[in-house]
Amino acid sequence: MAGGAGGGETIMVAQDPHGHGAHAAPTGFIRKYVFSLDHKVIGLQYYFLALTAVFVGMFLSLLMRIHMIWPTAVLPLVGEIKPETYLQILTMHGTIMVFFVLTTAPQGGFGNYFLPIQIGAPDMAFPVLNMLSFWTTFVAFVVLVAAFFVTGGAPLHGWTGYAPLSALQSAGPGEQLGADLWITSIALFCVASLMGALNFITTTLDLRAKGMTLMRMPLTVWAWLITAILGLLAFGVLLSAGILLLLDRNLGTSFYVPLVVVNGQVMGHKGGSPLLWQHLFWFFGHPEVYIAILPGMGVASQLLSTFARKPIFGYRAMVYAIMGIGILGFMVWGHHMFMSGMSPYSAFAFSVMTMAIGVPSAIKTFNWLGTLLHARIRFQTPMLFAIGFVSLFVSGGLSGPFLAQPVLDIPLHDTAFVVAHFHLIMGVAAIFGIFGATYYWFPKMFGRMMNEGWGRIHFFFTLIGTYCVFMPMHYLGMAGQPRRYSQFTELNYLHPLIPLNTFITYAAFVTITAQFIFLFNLFWSMFKGEKASDNPWQATTLEWTTATPPPHDNFGGQTPVVYHGPYEYSVPGAPKDYVMQTDPAGVTAH
Amino acid sequence: MVTLSPTGTLQDLKTGLGGGSTRPPAPGGGDGGRGDGNGNGPDYSGRLRRTRLGLVVGLSSVTMIFVALTSALVVRRGLPTFDERTGTYVRDWLTMSLPVGMLLVNTLLLLVSSVSVELARRQIARRTLLAQVESIPGVTLGPERPIPWLGITVILGLGFLVGQWLAWQELAARGFYLATSPSSSFFYLLTATHAVHLTGGLLVMLYAVAISLMRKPLPVQRIVIDITAWYWHFMALLWIYIFALLWFMR
Amino acid sequence: MGLVLLVVIWLITLVSTYFFIAKTWWLPHGVSAATGWIDGQFALTYIVMGIIFVAAQLALGYLVWKYRDTPSSEPVRYSHGNTTLEVVWTTLTAILFIGLNLMGSHVWASERFAPAQAGAVPVEVTGMQFAWYFRYPGADGKFGATSAKLMDPSAGNESAIGLDTTDPASKDDVVTGTMYLPVGREVDLRERAVDVIHSFFVPQMRFKQDAVPGLEIHMHFTPTEIGEYEIACAELCGLGHYKMHGMLHVVSQEDFDKWLAAREAEKQ
Repeated sequence: MAGGAGGGETIMVAQDPHGHGAHAAPTGFIRKYVFSLDHKVIGLQYYFLALTAVFVGMFLSLLMRIHMIWPTAVLPLVGEIKPETYLQILTMHGTIMVFFVLTTAPQGGFGNYFLPIQIGAPDMAFPVLNMLSFWTTFVAFVVLVAAFFVTGGAPLHGWTGYAPLSALQSAGPGEQLGADLWITSIALFCVASLMGALNFITTTLDLRAKGMTLMRMPLTVWAWLITAILGLLAFGVLLSAGILLLLDRNLGTSFYVPLVVVNGQVMGHKGGSPLLWQHLFWFFGHPEVYIAILPGMGVASQLLSTFARKPIFGYRAMVYAIMGIGILGFMVWGHHMFMSGMSPYSAFAFSVMTMAIGVPSAIKTFNWLGTLLHARIRFQTPMLFAIGFVSLFVSGGLSGPFLAQPVLDIPLHDTAFVVAHFHLIMGVAAIFGIFGATYYWFPKMFGRMMNEGWGRIHFFFTLIGTYCVFMPMHYLGMAGQPRRYSQFTELNYLHPLIPLNTFITYAAFVTITAQFIFLFNLFWSMFKGEKASDNPWQATTLEWTTATPPPHDNFGGQTPVVYHGPYEYSVPGAPKDYVMQTDPAGVTAH
Repeated sequence: MVTLSPTGTLQDLKTGLGGGSTRPPAPGGGDGGRGDGNGNGPDYSGRLRRTRLGLVVGLSSVTMIFVALTSALVVRRGLPTFDERTGTYVRDWLTMSLPVGMLLVNTLLLLVSSVSVELARRQIARRTLLAQVESIPGVTLGPERPIPWLGITVILGLGFLVGQWLAWQELAARGFYLATSPSSSFFYLLTATHAVHLTGGLLVMLYAVAISLMRKPLPVQRIVIDITAWYWHFMALLWIYIFALLWFMR
Repeated sequence: MGLVLLVVIWLITLVSTYFFIAKTWWLPHGVSAATGWIDGQFALTYIVMGIIFVAAQLALGYLVWKYRDTPSSEPVRYSHGNTTLEVVWTTLTAILFIGLNLMGSHVWASERFAPAQAGAVPVEVTGMQFAWYFRYPGADGKFGATSAKLMDPSAGNESAIGLDTTDPASKDDVVTGTMYLPVGREVDLRERAVDVIHSFFVPQMRFKQDAVPGLEIHMHFTPTEIGEYEIACAELCGLGHYKMHGMLHVVSQEDFDKWLAAREAEKQ
């Protein structure tokens, strides 16, 4: 009969006979906190970069929502938002959020901090490369934000940067230096991500502790591994696409630009193909959205299992599903291009593959529900966000099959329906993954608990708030409201949709405000939170065997040995309702 | 802390999972190669394996860059554009006259440099092994006059880059500049991207020369030279691929 | 807390579903021949997805309430899963998703695989920052040549699209800023773009197609009701994207012929 009281417990780590020789931890502020080689410090650096980026991105989205309802308003500090300014804000919102939040926090942040620990390694395989990855990402962010402040301002071509709009300096405000900075930032980000992916993959393949077989890795590690492989294969393509774009913009080549006339002037390009940009971009762009969501899925699995006190339902299926999503993710990019002028036969092929990728996602959802069945669920804040993740993933995922069918994409492409779909998954579910991970791992990183009460308030406001913001966008899309419109005053059929848009704006105000509760909780708890034990959630994975926060080499001179899979909760006959991976008791064949 | 707990207390530890489908690396691999606490020194063989693995992983991303550029070339070459004057679709791919002679010379330089770097790689591997033997009292090796294969490779590599520059000059003299035609755009782009990556390899090679002059431990030098050599071979193979692509798709 | 979660999740689900069922905001009234097929496939998808949505969310809410940890809860049922169940629900999901897609594919094929039928009304749509121009080929049925060098929007419709008046076929071409079509006849649309990508979107026709520089894209649709329908641009094209709109007038064949004749007359 499994028990389960709170508090600390004995940690059992069998001494591995080939023990571990220490190397001196760094001293001095610069080596310890600025140019640290410690994956934990680097992880935190990524996390705080993403935290800064998300508040910038949220502020930009607030400006967008305000302008859509009150296009002539003059705002304090910002002044008047002209239609081009709206588009510049929109472009930067998307770019910042996709790259510097969703690709940074879950992978660079939590992945860096916890992947080595969860597999029993003292650090990443290449610590210097790791440090370089972070600082390159940081420089990329600075370069991107700089675009706001140069002549002409930030580009207005959307985060997707379709040519020729992004390739012609005269096609719009911000398309001169701002666009070059945007491309440069993304190129730097590609390089940083490739370096990071290299590190993650090598570490996972080569530095697992004894007994940590692939099928005993936590699902978070699987998610980080597959995400890294996706990044490894996708970011090089984006880098190439960006280089071609820079050449078209500045050196007169015609990769993407055919003969065009802008403002009455014939441009010097000819023969280029705008669709070439789309193919290259989306070959990267589709795996990118899976990069954004897979770590969140890993975290959801981890949290659901831990707080339901039950093994994840169908661990092996979950692993295959992550792999399936990864592989299929490279075969569906054309579904962004159904209306682009691409061959309708290709469209058909892509659409079949896209429906296919819904299958592993569905399997994961069934398994999450199966984990909750006959469980004993505890509702601490991390679990609330995991449950919210499942709900949001279902909502966001089910609009996919509409868009996956080319014939339904005809009315829905480039409308608010698409905006609803990707925001519910990337802009909310993935963020819930980040929130859940924060509340969960905060005690291990900072030695204190985050405040439960405020966590709950944050959760409910955010869950209800984001549903109020994004669910109505489905209706707006079906009614024909196009994307990226700075206001709805010019088309008669859009006027009746303004009240619903207004509702969304107010909901956005409330939801964004609620995030300050999180921000306050985060920083306050670092200093004043209740002190945490080494394993406050009574979880089984390796990070909970270490001291809090973990020492420089993670395991204090010992190499862990692993005896079990990652989710041995409520094992019949065990003395407690959880068996840690490093607990040698009850060693069995798995 | 050593624990030897009885295994009989837990019954029916039903797992439902198959056994270790992939054995984890050998014990001691998990220490970052920094030392195994038994006075055996850093785990250089682990580090070498890990660095080679890292190189393979990294080279797949470099491969993807060239896959992307190749597909861009193929697509751009094949896709016609609408000509409003005639109301039909036309192609604007101008056939290039490649400076084949120059390119063949450069290819030869690169292939020879591949041989020299491979000799450097084997040389350092041998020296590393022998260094361990040398420490046995009473054992001496004959005087070894190491040929500076690494330095030779650097020179050949620089020769390649200079040769590529000359090839560019010749192409420009024939009237093919970056924006002249998509075919010339891709020529400059592919050769430049390759040259940038090759230069990166050269810089690492210079680093290897530097650490050998600084007398860093042989196994450390060995790791650097080993992956530089493999990287260099990849660059040579990549060049052959690019040359063939540019020739057949000119 | 389990109960609170159940209530919140169920409420969100039921309120969202209500608006989907009530069609408070919905696809606009469709007036093209393809509407029946497209709307039918849409309805099928939305019913299937709707059922899954409601079932999954209600299940989630139920499970987190039913299996909340209380002193009197049943012990956890330790299990690593059920392979048979995995195989079953994977297969069913695959059949459902792919089946749904294949069912809609004949509509896509009829819309896109085949060109317009003979006798369709030829119209050329040209998109540029930030207006739509429409060109009718006139009695000779041929579109005259255009030239980028001749493009000058400030000098009228013909100049905006760069009509080359030296080409004899251009003489009878009519270029307008408003689109007219006869009801009940298929239109053979040629889409072009002058500067950046635009997208010709008429919600009530269930029609959308990107207009891409360097390409001349042929599409077709058949309007079935007389009326006036707004045209929106559905691909970000610059600062004027939100106000790049046009108007499609669907009229009787008689009125269409009269209108076209009037436009021809104006050119003299």
